Amino acid sequence: MTERDQELNLRRRLSGLSRLPLLRGTRVEGEAERLEKQLERLKADTSDEAVWRSVELARHPDRPYTMDYVARFIDDWVELHGDRGRADDGALVTGLGSLDGRTIVLIGHQKGRDVKERLDRQFGMAYPEGYGKAMRVMEIAERFGFPVISLVDTPGAYPGVAAEQHGQGGAIARSQAEMARLTVPTVACIIGEGGSGGAVAIAVSDRVLMQENAIYSVITPEGCAAILWRDAGEAKKAAAAFKPDALHCLELGVIDGVVAEPAGGAQSDHDEAARLLRAALVECLEELEDTPGEELRRRRRAKFRGMGVFA
Amino acid sequence: MSEARIDVQVEHKHAPPVNQRKHPNTCPKCGSHYRDDELQAALWVCGHCGHHFPMRARARIDWYADPGSFVEEAADVRSEDPLDFFDLRPYAERLAEAELNTGLGEAAIIGQATIDGHPVELLVMDFTFMGGSMGSAVGEKFSRACDSAIDRGVPLVSVTSSGGARMQEGILSLMQLPKTVCAVEDLHDAHIPMFTVMAHPTTAGVLASFASLGDVTIAEPGALIAFTGPRVVQQTTREKLPEDFGLAEQNLRFGHLDAIVPRPEQRQHLVKLLRLFA
Repeated sequence: MTERDQELNLRRRLSGLSRLPLLRGTRVEGEAERLEKQLERLKADTSDEAVWRSVELARHPDRPYTMDYVARFIDDWVELHGDRGRADDGALVTGLGSLDGRTIVLIGHQKGRDVKERLDRQFGMAYPEGYGKAMRVMEIAERFGFPVISLVDTPGAYPGVAAEQHGQGGAIARSQAEMARLTVPTVACIIGEGGSGGAVAIAVSDRVLMQENAIYSVITPEGCAAILWRDAGEAKKAAAAFKPDALHCLELGVIDGVVAEPAGGAQSDHDEAARLLRAALVECLEELEDTPGEELRRRRRAKFRGMGVFA
Repeated sequence: MSEARIDVQVEHKHAPPVNQRKHPNTCPKCGSHYRDDELQAALWVCGHCGHHFPMRARARIDWYADPGSFVEEAADVRSEDPLDFFDLRPYAERLAEAELNTGLGEAAIIGQATIDGHPVELLVMDFTFMGGSMGSAVGEKFSRACDSAIDRGVPLVSVTSSGGARMQEGILSLMQLPKTVCAVEDLHDAHIPMFTVMAHPTTAGVLASFASLGDVTIAEPGALIAFTGPRVVQQTTREKLPEDFGLAEQNLRFGHLDAIVPRPEQRQHLVKLLRLFA
C-alpha cells in the first residue's frame, strides 16, 4: 500500500465514523471534552500498534472483571448458581441485582484473579453448562420483565473433550436464539476479550457496547496466525489484519457505542472504569425502556440480520 | 527351512510410501478406487466400506430436487473485502481463485425446488469453496433463504458443510452467527419447519449458529461435527481423545442429533419428514 492509499483509506474510515449517530454510552455528563480528546486520539491513531495495544490492555491481568463491576454498581446482588442439569460453571456468572433502582438480570464471564481461581473458572472459558445457566436466568428475566445486562470477557468457549460431548456448539446457538426471543431490554458490553462464539452467545443484545480497549473477534490473534500464517508467533500481524479493536468494530456497524476508560486503561482505576460503564449501561436502559417488548425484539432481529458487507 | 523362505521384501521395493497423498477417488478408509462415473452413480459413497466422500453442492441439489425443479436465488451475492484482509495472500485473490476453481460464487447455494413434489427452500453448502466458511455472503444467503421459505410457506432444507466462520472477514464473520440465528427465529415464529443435514464437516461457527437450530437434524455417517475440532482440543488441553471424538456417531450417542442417515437413504428420509410436516 502506498502512503497515498493509506491516507485515502484513513479518510474513508473517518468519514464513515463521523456519519455514525454515536457515540452512545459515552455521551454522559461532563464527558464531552474527554470524548473529544478520545476521538482525536482514535482518529490520529488507527495504526497496527494501536490495535495490538488494545489486545494487550484487553488481556491485562489487572483489568476489572465482571465481579469487580458487580461490586461497584450492582446493589442487592444475588448470584444464581447452576444450570439445573449438570453443573455450575464458574466461567460464567449469573445473578439478580439492582442497577440504578431497577431489578436486572446480569450475565458475565469471569476470568479469576489468582492461579487457583483462574483454574476454577477455566480462565473465563465457559462450558455448555455455563450457557445453559445463562439461558435459565434469561427465562427469569423474560418472565418478570427484568432487563438483561451481559458483560463479555472470554478468550472463547472452552475447547475440551467434555465440552464437546456436552454440546458446546448447540449451547452457543441456543443461547443466541434465546436472546433473539427476549422481549425485555438487553444491553451487552465487551469489557475485555470478546472471543468468538463464546462471546456472541451472550451478546445478541439491543445495544452492544465495547470498552475503549476491549477487543471483539472471530478468533484469537494467536489462533488466526496459527491457521493463516501457520505460526502462532505472527499474532501481531493477524490482529492488525482482522482489526478486533473497538473503533473498527464501531465502523463496521457491529457495535453501537464505545465506553470510555480511565486514562491508560481500565486497569489503572477500577472505580472510574466502573463509573463510566455504569453510566453507559443506565443510559442504554433508559433509551430502551419505553419501547414495547415486541418492537424491541423486532428491531433487535432486524439489526443483526442486517449485519455484514457483501456485493 | 531357511532356503525355502521367500524374500517378500523384493515385492515391496517399489511400493509407494505409506503417507503418500491418495487420489481423490481412492477411499481413505479401505483403499478401494473408483472411476468418476462409478462414484457419481453411488452418490460418492464407497460401495465397499460405506465411507462418504465429499459431495459437491450442485450434485446434491441435482439429487435432492425433482428434475428441473430447482430455481436458484441470490446467485449474484458475492463476498466483499471490508477489511482489505491480507495474510499470506490477499483475501480478494483467494475469493477469485475459489470462484475459478469451484465454479461457485460463494460457499452456499440457495433456491426453490420440489422434492418428490413437495415444494421446499434449499440451502446447500459446498466445502470446496474456501472450506465452506461462512462470511457475510453466506450469512446473507441463509437469511434470504429463510425469507423465501417464509414468503412461500414452505419448509427449509439446509445442508451444512463448513469449517466455520470466515476469518478473513474478521468480526463481520462472527456476526453471521447471530444473523443466521435471528433468521431461524423468524422462521420458527412463522411456523416454518427447518430440516438440517450435517455433512462432513460441520464445525465451529456454523455448528454454533443455524445448523444446530433445525427442527429435525440428521447427519451423514462419519461426519465431523464439533465446535472445536480434535486437533485444537488436543493441542490446547492435552486431553486424551476418545476414538470417535467429534464424529456424527459420538454426537448421536450424546444426544445432539436425531439420526445418522446414510446418503442413499437421505432423500427418502426428507420426503417422509416433508409429508409429516405438510
